Amino acid sequence: MPDVELHLPLVNSLLERHKGSAGALLPILHDIQERIGYIPDAAVPEIAHALNQSQAEVRGVISFYHDFRTAPPARHILRLCRAESCKSRGAEQLAAQLRERLQLDDHGSSADGSISLRPVYCLGACACSPALELDGRVHARLSAERLDALLDACREDA
Amino acid sequence: MPAFYVSRDSVARAVGAEEVVEALIIHGRGRVVPLVINRTSSRGLYWLEPLLEVDTPQGRFGFGPLTADDVPSVLEALKGEPSAHPLALGLVEELPYLKTQQRLLFARAGITQPLYIDDYLDHGGFEGLKRAVILGGERTATEVFDSGLRGRGGAAFPAGIKWRTVRATEAAQKYIVCNADEGDSGTFADRMLMEGDPFLLIEGMAIAGLCVGATYGYIYVRSEYPDAVAILRNALEIARKNGYLGANVGGSGQAFDMEVRVGAGAYICGEETALLDSLEGKRGIVRAKPPIPALKGLFGQPTLVHNVLTLASVPLILAKGAQFYRDYGMGRSLGTMPFQLAGNVRRGGLVERAFGLTLRELVEDYGGGTASGRPLKAAQVGGPLGAWVPPAQFDTPLDYEAFAGIGAMLGHGGVVVADDTLDMAHMARFAMEFCAEESCGKCTPCRIGSTRGVEVMDRLLAAQDPSGRDEQVIILKDLCDTLQYGSLCALGGMVSFPVASALKHFPADFGLLPSEAEQ
Repeated sequence: MPDVELHLPLVNSLLERHKGSAGALLPILHDIQERIGYIPDAAVPEIAHALNQSQAEVRGVISFYHDFRTAPPARHILRLCRAESCKSRGAEQLAAQLRERLQLDDHGSSADGSISLRPVYCLGACACSPALELDGRVHARLSAERLDALLDACREDA
Repeated sequence: MPAFYVSRDSVARAVGAEEVVEALIIHGRGRVVPLVINRTSSRGLYWLEPLLEVDTPQGRFGFGPLTADDVPSVLEALKGEPSAHPLALGLVEELPYLKTQQRLLFARAGITQPLYIDDYLDHGGFEGLKRAVILGGERTATEVFDSGLRGRGGAAFPAGIKWRTVRATEAAQKYIVCNADEGDSGTFADRMLMEGDPFLLIEGMAIAGLCVGATYGYIYVRSEYPDAVAILRNALEIARKNGYLGANVGGSGQAFDMEVRVGAGAYICGEETALLDSLEGKRGIVRAKPPIPALKGLFGQPTLVHNVLTLASVPLILAKGAQFYRDYGMGRSLGTMPFQLAGNVRRGGLVERAFGLTLRELVEDYGGGTASGRPLKAAQVGGPLGAWVPPAQFDTPLDYEAFAGIGAMLGHGGVVVADDTLDMAHMARFAMEFCAEESCGKCTPCRIGSTRGVEVMDRLLAAQDPSGRDEQVIILKDLCDTLQYGSLCALGGMVSFPVASALKHFPADFGLLPSEAEQ
């Protein structure tokens, strides 16, 4: 498995960095995902060993939290807010627009691998709803036109 | 050229503040005196963001909401008569929205630069810590108790009781945990405070640490707030360098330090015991109480867990005294509350006022009604687990007990406004769907009941005749009861609030006559 050769030295250096820190599993998983883009399967036994836990415990944590991915994401990650404040300002119409343009359900990656789509429940931009987060940057007071423009920009850099 | 001020708040940037700054830099090039642009926190006047402020002899003069294209004309207007510009707002602190507020917690909002510790010190920073060091732990706890401060996260438990409990419990290690997992839609006060005034939270936690005898603290911030995480981490380093954290906090001879931990997208981790499990590196599963965290919390040790706003209220209470604080508010809801106006509202933003103003004043006077201009339908107060309040109840004062009296709750002070196009049956279904998505799965009512709730809602909306609808309404109400009284924590326990209130006040959206919803 190429994962093993590619990522294990990095995973082990991250584990070393968190050695001695109490309750370090979430920080470890965040660090791995930030550097590699997802949590490779090969990392799980290493983490379990370092923390003296069973692999089941580590996998249980990975699957519990919405943020952790076990496969590489698309080039862009788009999270549309679907919570109450954004719904009251038309988030459902924007969600329909996304489904239509990307030919996707609310979760998943577009066929060309350009965009991963996920719902999010609140970005704290509620006074300027509706909002989305694209590659870590929040865009608020969205309109159908602005959403289209953001999608176009994602597609163009292919 | 006088100094300019533009917010660096993440939401100001989400609506174009960065582009405004870039335009200022471009159009300011070649000037004899270069432009000075200070990046402050946000005033919380979000409908005016991006807001540009300029120093004048009378105070800061504002323009907004701006786009980059407006910048040249603003610079031109500043050479002559600024108020002639179509986006001129006049003196910012004279805007009625701001002038009528009682900003205690957000006193520095929009004024100071978040990571400038001298700015913080010049505006009353660390005065509370200084006094706490002089008073000592026992009298600090008494100040907090006497102030009447209650937990701002939603449960409104008297803070002073928690402080005394943790202080009185003997242990080798105690902790301060700040719950910054602000997941409720319609709330953003924690985010604003962490991004805008990080030293205030650090000061509050340091005071708490010294008082209860905790030497270590954690701020658990949701991952949706990356800017808050970065700013807090920076601020911690600065505070440490200046002796406000470390082996000898503020000259007290006592040690206290802390770190920022980041959540991973689980709403349930805003529940304090799930948060503690998450901090321990586990799935965020709710714990049964007792034992309460004040006795057995993080890693089994006595732990003071508070929301951001609760801890951030402490420096002011110490600096000005308990009496100063309790002079604000009504009944048992004392002090001020930063209410957050969101959703379909014309003037969305942060309104810090003493408890007791009415929901109508908040939504109509401050908010200016709906953004769409359509009729107001309802406001959801207190996040996704709060009730939908119809305009007929808008004269209820914003006070913990008054809201409990109408079957609603203040929660974290978020208010989501909706116009007549929002379908309340859809929102009731969404509440159940959200609960199912975010349930930790520990207790059966929430784990099974939330999914059951979605199914019942679907059957109710698909029912073809009155008897079919009646049957589903009875099941839905029964299910709400089971969730409310049988769940382990507030997620399952309060999901009935948005569902039952929507059903009660907006039966037509469910295809029901008022009499059918009443049964």
